[in-house]
Amino acid sequence: MTLAAPEPPPAKYGGRHTVTLIPGDGIGPELLNHVRELFRFSCVPVDFEVVHVDSASTSEDDINNAITAIRRNGVALKGNIETNHTMPSNHKSRNNLLRTSLDLYANVMHCQSLPGVQTRHKNIDIIIIRENTEGEYSSLEHESVTGVVESLKIITRNNSLRIADYAFKLAREKGRRRVTAVHKANIMKLADGLFLQCCKEVASGYPDIEFDSMIVDNTTMQLVSRPHQFDVMVMPNLYGNVVSNVCAGLVGGPGLVPGANYGRDYAVFETATRNTGKSIANRNIANPTAMLLASCLMLDHLKLHDYANMVRGAILTTMNETRLHTVDIGGQGTTSEVVQSIMRIIQSGGPLTTEI
Amino acid sequence: MFIAARSALFLVSRRLQPWTRVKKRTANNLKSPAVCCQRKKSSYTPPPAKYGGRHTVTLIPGDGIGPELLNHVRELFRFCCVPVDFEIVRVDSSASSEDDINNAVTAIKRNGVALKGNIETNHNLPPSHKSKNNLLRTSLDLYANVMHCQSLPGVPTRHKDVDVIIIRENTEGEYSNLEHENVPGVVESLKIITRVNSLRIAEYAFNLAREKGRRKVTAVHKANIMKLGDGLFLQSCKEVAAGYPDITFDNMIVDNTTMQLVSKPQQFDVMVMPNLYGNVVSNVCAGLVGGPGLVPGVNYGKDYAVFETATRNTGKSIANKNIANPTATLLASCLMLDHLKLHAYAKMIRKAVLKTLSETQLHTADLGGQGTTSEVVHTIMQEIQRGGPRTSEQI
Repeated sequence: MTLAAPEPPPAKYGGRHTVTLIPGDGIGPELLNHVRELFRFSCVPVDFEVVHVDSASTSEDDINNAITAIRRNGVALKGNIETNHTMPSNHKSRNNLLRTSLDLYANVMHCQSLPGVQTRHKNIDIIIIRENTEGEYSSLEHESVTGVVESLKIITRNNSLRIADYAFKLAREKGRRRVTAVHKANIMKLADGLFLQCCKEVASGYPDIEFDSMIVDNTTMQLVSRPHQFDVMVMPNLYGNVVSNVCAGLVGGPGLVPGANYGRDYAVFETATRNTGKSIANRNIANPTAMLLASCLMLDHLKLHDYANMVRGAILTTMNETRLHTVDIGGQGTTSEVVQSIMRIIQSGGPLTTEI
Repeated sequence: MFIAARSALFLVSRRLQPWTRVKKRTANNLKSPAVCCQRKKSSYTPPPAKYGGRHTVTLIPGDGIGPELLNHVRELFRFCCVPVDFEIVRVDSSASSEDDINNAVTAIKRNGVALKGNIETNHNLPPSHKSKNNLLRTSLDLYANVMHCQSLPGVPTRHKDVDVIIIRENTEGEYSNLEHENVPGVVESLKIITRVNSLRIAEYAFNLAREKGRRKVTAVHKANIMKLGDGLFLQSCKEVAAGYPDITFDNMIVDNTTMQLVSKPQQFDVMVMPNLYGNVVSNVCAGLVGGPGLVPGVNYGKDYAVFETATRNTGKSIANKNIANPTATLLASCLMLDHLKLHAYAKMIRKAVLKTLSETQLHTADLGGQGTTSEVVHTIMQEIQRGGPRTSEQI
């Protein structure tokens, strides 16, 4: 899914890829352990370089080490790193730092209804492309006068053109018919007006793809009543956050949807809604689907398509046929039961495994 | 050292000034009662625009479906002999001068209460052309937008028993209209959060929760990313919460909130939030209970109140086709009657509206039915007539 720029050589030696692994906090470590277990079981030629990031420490060394590791390897799989609101404001969000330092400008989330999961809406299939580096997440705030805080939302022409281009290219690649830009240009005329204008300019270069726009409040209301009208959506950072969470809620919850952050040279894979899941950590009840599907996206990115399809097929079979569901989607299964079931299905699929 | 002493004296005198100012203020109070009334914030309300038992309310038709729905409101009020006269002020959304909207603001300041349709904001006009709706809200300082989202019986929805009150800060936040392009291709948009407004809206929310007997207030924010801005909002809410120990206070990040709303909306009771999140969350909730045609919204300020539909849709594509759902506008007019203390009329109309919706099942196209706007209004009038003698002759 990366654009055609000169790519750095893949971190592949002797046929095995090296991928950075950032456990994060909450349910991150346990789910990523399951991913490693599964990969070892399925003999996937990927080695993980684990980099721990301590969310409580104020120094930025940890996250800088992680960034260096990702620059070296090119690909990463991460859990969410907690951001403590009560710490002083110069303590930036680690996840945000990572995204901006590596210039991972496109966050892509493919929301699909899974057949075995009970939801109020059926057959949803929406791709959400969210600008990942600027917008409201610029971390530029100041309090010039006590009691009055100004928070800057930055929209630039370059980044808007870039994300719009990414969206249309992706739509074309996947054979999608329509791209919808989500904005609030009636109120933020210059900022979202610029974003909308950039999308329109890029749209004119893709006459085969229909382009329309919708205001974010109307979008969220339509998503809740008639989500089938949407195909591909592109939007700035904050609206992307809200809209992707609404869509995740529509297809069954945060435990089911994987997300990918793409930059020109790097790609980082994680769950789409970036939940830390502190309240369910280490209780063996978290849903591993999102993280496992994210690892499949990573395998696709590394061009290990056979392994990706094998793992994905096993996950979907577990979800849809054996109906082994975790608590968040209304079942009784534990995380390890689900992972075991996936491993059994992989084993029954062919000889490509170690012993269980 | 002399300079230091002088500056020290200056600082000290500046510190003393507030006290001397306060003293002058109380002295003024004793001298002129009119000035005293204006200074005392909590108990002074402007006299209602009521003469001979009839209230005058400003009516702003707006664009799209606004004019037709507000005509139905007037028709209904005339039919029910509601003692309200409407002063109509038209606002032309395409004119670039602000005279129209200034006239509207003056009329509302005179009458104190208004009922409005949404005024369209054309994105293609230059950025100096501000949103008229926004201008109205900020000039009148209508700081609280209140939307009560209730599942109505008789409307088929995927979620049942939703009952959420959303209180949204209405004047600042992302809607400050302060944007600039210092460097070509780079736009900075300012989101302003102030302590005063945050305390004010939080106070409003808790007061309302207490009045209505609600148990929980949830603040919605994104303080993990906008630490200073939303951090200040959250902190103000916490401070106010400390003064209401009978009400539970918790907070939730906006992305998680929208996801929870879509899966389990019954967990929410009263929600308070800054402007943009309020916009998104109120639209999600409107979608949950059946759509934009059902929910009324109110904008309250200290002295003024403006009633409109909660999701502020212009409805250009369905204008003048007689298919718009009049429920939201009619319920908004009932809220207005309640505000004017005409409770009997408000109850009568509200009951008729809800009965039409749930028992006769006469639904407009947005709810999946076949009814037209006029059929619905007609049925409501029939209901009211059946209820008692208080109507004019011809339907």
